[in-house]
Formats: sequence, structure tokens, C-alpha cells
Amino acid sequence: MRDGRCYLKRLLGFVLGLTLALLLTLLAGENPFNILMILVRSAVGTNYDFGLTLSYTTPLIFCGLSVALAFQAGLFNIGGEGQLQVAALTTAAVGVLCPQIPFPLAPLVALAAGVLAGALWGFVPGFLKAYRGSHEVIVTIMMNFIAAGVTSWVTLELIPNPNSQNPESAMVGSQYRFAEYDLIARYFPDTPANASLGFAVVLAILLWIFLWRTRPGFELRAVGLNPEAAERAGISSKKFRVLAMAGAGALAGFVALSEVLGSAGQYRVGFSPEYGFIGIAVALLANNNPLGVLPAAFLMAALHKGATDLDLETSTVTRDFSKIIQAFVILGVATQAYWEHRKRRKK
Amino acid sequence: MEFFAVLFALLFATLRLATPLIFASMGGLMSERSGVVNIALEGFMLIGAFTAAVLGLQFESAWVGLIAATFAGALIGAVYALFVIELKADQIISGMALNLLVMGLIPFLTKIIFNSTGSTPPLQAQDRFTFEPLVLAIVLVITLLWGLYQTRGGLWLLFAGEHPEALISSGISARKVRWVAVMFSGVFAAWGGASLSLYLSSSYSPLMSGGRGYMALAALIFGRWHPGFAAAACLLFAFVEAIQIRLQGVKVWNYEIPVQFVQILPYVVTIVVVAGFMGRNQAPKALGRPLH
Repeated sequence: MRDGRCYLKRLLGFVLGLTLALLLTLLAGENPFNILMILVRSAVGTNYDFGLTLSYTTPLIFCGLSVALAFQAGLFNIGGEGQLQVAALTTAAVGVLCPQIPFPLAPLVALAAGVLAGALWGFVPGFLKAYRGSHEVIVTIMMNFIAAGVTSWVTLELIPNPNSQNPESAMVGSQYRFAEYDLIARYFPDTPANASLGFAVVLAILLWIFLWRTRPGFELRAVGLNPEAAERAGISSKKFRVLAMAGAGALAGFVALSEVLGSAGQYRVGFSPEYGFIGIAVALLANNNPLGVLPAAFLMAALHKGATDLDLETSTVTRDFSKIIQAFVILGVATQAYWEHRKRRKK
Repeated sequence: MEFFAVLFALLFATLRLATPLIFASMGGLMSERSGVVNIALEGFMLIGAFTAAVLGLQFESAWVGLIAATFAGALIGAVYALFVIELKADQIISGMALNLLVMGLIPFLTKIIFNSTGSTPPLQAQDRFTFEPLVLAIVLVITLLWGLYQTRGGLWLLFAGEHPEALISSGISARKVRWVAVMFSGVFAAWGGASLSLYLSSSYSPLMSGGRGYMALAALIFGRWHPGFAAAACLLFAFVEAIQIRLQGVKVWNYEIPVQFVQILPYVVTIVVVAGFMGRNQAPKALGRPLH
């Protein structure tokens, strides 16, 4: 019951944010209702559109889970972007450099390497936060910039695509792909949608079980709610902060699965429309509940897909409008504390 | 002789590059000393850089650009204050959201004004700043060094961040103090942005702040929330940035250092600096705590 009301309020914040963002298009001389219709049509209008929306949903689930896990431990992970970049690059590098690994093993090894790289990228800010008191927001942002530099260098110098001028890696070996077994991809031909969506859903359920049904999950949430009380109860807040950030990095790292192994087959510089940042809106909308992340990721994916089509369908509103919507949605949800505060004061 | 020429050029570049950082850092100082965490400095800088470039171009005057940035900074500061002080939204989350908003809003506006989402058209050389922002930044640091500890307003600000209850019980509204402080934070950071677009370069280009808002925050933490030390930390970061620019294309033993590795140098140094310094116990005591 309490949970239901909480989600209703979050949905209200979402609608409020979206409405404000749409009203802004009046400034550009557009009809907000018209923009809304374009958003909806281009998100779910045809099977092809829907497939594209689903292909955005998968990485957003991973990034939403990443931000949610860190939040549960009281940390703000805005490093999802860097974490998913190094992970995708590592997976692609394994796929390019190790052609001798046979099929069932190959994608597993490549994914494990990618996820580990993501975990490492999350571990650094987690460790510095826990043991040096460094602000995780500053460190994760810096790690994003460092990831951008390192991935660009590795892609262009170590594993470039010999057949293209684009900044992208060579293709991974065919034994790294699972397209032949991909049931989801068959329903959405010509779109990047793939079976990793199913895996993302399973991962969300597993994370929910971990957080609400296991002892370490409970301890992690206790650290997030009240680190001092947790310490007094014998729970090491340092250990769980490092664990949560490394875990958050690993979760964001699973984007390597949907992007490199699932759809593109290579690492492309700039492939991500900042999934890591959209993941913040997803996690907030979901109240940091892994199961809530699923519908929230779909909503944000639909908005993102819709907004990219505004480029083509209107003359004044561009794809950057997606960021405005995200910002308003985050602000709409973030002001909920105010209404709760008002209600408490009235009582 | 050549060594001294290089050294002099490096030091001059450091001062130039430190200017936007110092402004943003002083902006962060106003907000954080009053008890409000400010992750939104990056967005404040971008708004300032954009407004200054557009209106400076329109009126062919850098000073008009700077004044416009002042108003834009106060406005975005007020928006931030509205969310974190009045609506009691989480400070880090709202700050992040404001950064996102600015990153979406600027291309939205450039598309309407210039029918493109890229850089704004450049200002004529005589319409840009040559040294003025640097002087202004030094004056600002000195003013804060004095004003923060020697004036009544400065003490109100410090109390709002250390012990807002004491301030309230002496009849001063901590809420109002924080409002003013956050709006000044917007103004100073916007000046930092204006010095990016009108002093270090000649136009606004997308995301030109390149993480400087966060670096300014790192400098503030490293400088223990003190105007002088924070400015010194900004000089350190600017020095690294100057070396970074200098190192691009330089060969060491016939091997050219990859430009990507040179470019990440300031970010690595920022992490090392933030990690090397235990900041928690030095922070204003009521930092991040909303008023009741």
C-alpha cells in the first residue's frame, strides 16, 4: 500500500516534469501537444520504433540498477557512463584480440572481462570515498573523463577497424555473438533489440532478491540509511560502500552485453547517448527499487527514442530536448520530499 | 634563455587558465559555506559562458556579455535555491538535474537563435577581454578573504553553514542568507563561464566547461573551503592544464605521448588531490543539511 502510493507520487512527478518540458517548446514556436504526439508515435508507433525503444531500454535497465544499488548504500554514482564505456571497450578488445576461444565460452569470457573492468572503474571512487573521504561525485565525474580518453586511445591505436574511417574497433569474432539463439531479435528485425533485455530483467530480479532477501543486502541498505547506526551494529560501512560502488560499476558494465555482444559486434566511440546519466532519472523514478527500474527504464527509453525523432520531425526541437525532459523529470521526482515535509507539518 | 621563455609562458598560461576556475570555486565557496552543496557549478558556468557569448556578440562588447552573465547566473542560482531551499529537494540530485537541464537548454536556445546546435559565432578580437577577468578574479578572492571573516554578512554566511540554529535564534533568517549565498554562487560561477567564452576563447562552444565546475569544487575541498587556499588549489589545477596543453605533440625519446593521455592529466591530478586530502572533518558542519 505504502509502496503503491509512493509510485503514484513518482508518476505524478514524472508527468509534471514532462508537462513542463513540453510547455517549453512553446518558446520554439511549437505546439506542445503536437510534440507529445510525435514523442509517443516515434516511441511505440511501429514495430520497428518499438524495437528501437526496447534496445534503449536494456542499457537503461543496467544503468538504472547501477545507480539504484549505489543509492541504496547512500552513494551517488554518476560514473555509470565511464564504467559502461570501459566495460564495452574491454569486451570488444577481448573479442578482437582472442579469436581462438570457442563459442559457448567466448561471450562469457568477454562479458566477464568487461564487467570486471566496469567494477574496477566503480571500485576506485568507492574505495576513495570509504577510506579517504573523497567526494564520490567528483571522483566519478573525473573517472568519466579519464574513461573517454583511454577508450578513444585504445580504440584508435590498438584495435581500430581496418575497414572504416569511423572511430570504432574491429569486429569481434563471430563466435562471440549469440544472434542465432536470439529470440527477441527475431521479433524486431533491423533493430538493435536483442536477448540481453531478458537478461536485464533477470538481473533486476536477482538484485531485488539480494537487497531485500539476503543478509548482506540488508546490511548494505542499513549502511545507506544510517551509517553510524550500522557501524554500531557491527556492520562495516567502509566495506559495503566499496562493495556497492564496485557492484554499481559491474552493473553498468553489463551494457557491454547488449551493445557489443548483442547488437553492434564492436566498440564504437560515442555509442552511448549518456546512458549512465539517464540511469539517474531511471533510478529516481523507480525509488531505487530494482523491480521499479524495469518500467522506469522503459519510460525513459521511450522518451529518449521519441526525442531523437524530434530532430527529423520538427524544425526547431533537437535531440538535446531529451536532456531537458530528463532534468525536469528528475526535479519533479526530487521535490517529493517537499510534499512529504508539508504533510508532516500539517499533522 | 629558452628555458625562461617557456617557464614564463607556462606561468602566464596558468594565470589565464586559473581565472574561470577561481570564479567557479568562489561561487562554490559562497554556496557551500552557507550550507548548500553545489554540484551545479558546471551548469552555472555553461549558462554564464553561453549568455556572455550571445549578448557580447549582439552588443559587440565583452562587458555587456559579463553583465548579462551576472543576471543569468543570479537567475539560475535562484532556480537552484528554489529547489534546494524552498522545495527541500536533495541537493546533489537537484544539482545534477540542473546541469542536465543546462546541457539540454543551451542547444535548444542556440537552435532557435542561430539555427544550429554547435558553437556560437565568434566575437571580434577587440570585443573580447584581454586581462580584465584575471584582475576581477584576484579582486574577488581578496574581497572574500576580507568580507567572509570581517563583515557581518560574512559571519551570517558562515553561521548559516556551521550552525543555522544559532543564526535563527539570534533573529536572522538562515533561509534568506542561504538564498543570497546561492544566488551569488550562480553569479560568480557564471563569471567563470564568461571568462571561458570571452577571455580564454572567442565564442561559446558546446560543453566548453569540460568538467571545470567539478574541478572548482575539488579545489574548494582541497582548499578547505577557504578563499585563499581554494584559489591556490585552482592555480595548481590550472598549472596542470597549462602543462597539458604544452605537452600535446611533444616527443619523448622519439615517441609522441598520445594526446588522449595528455588530455586526461588534469582529471587524474584532480582525483589524486581529492584522494590525498581527507576533507570530511573540515567541511561546514551543516553542509547539505536542509533547514527545518
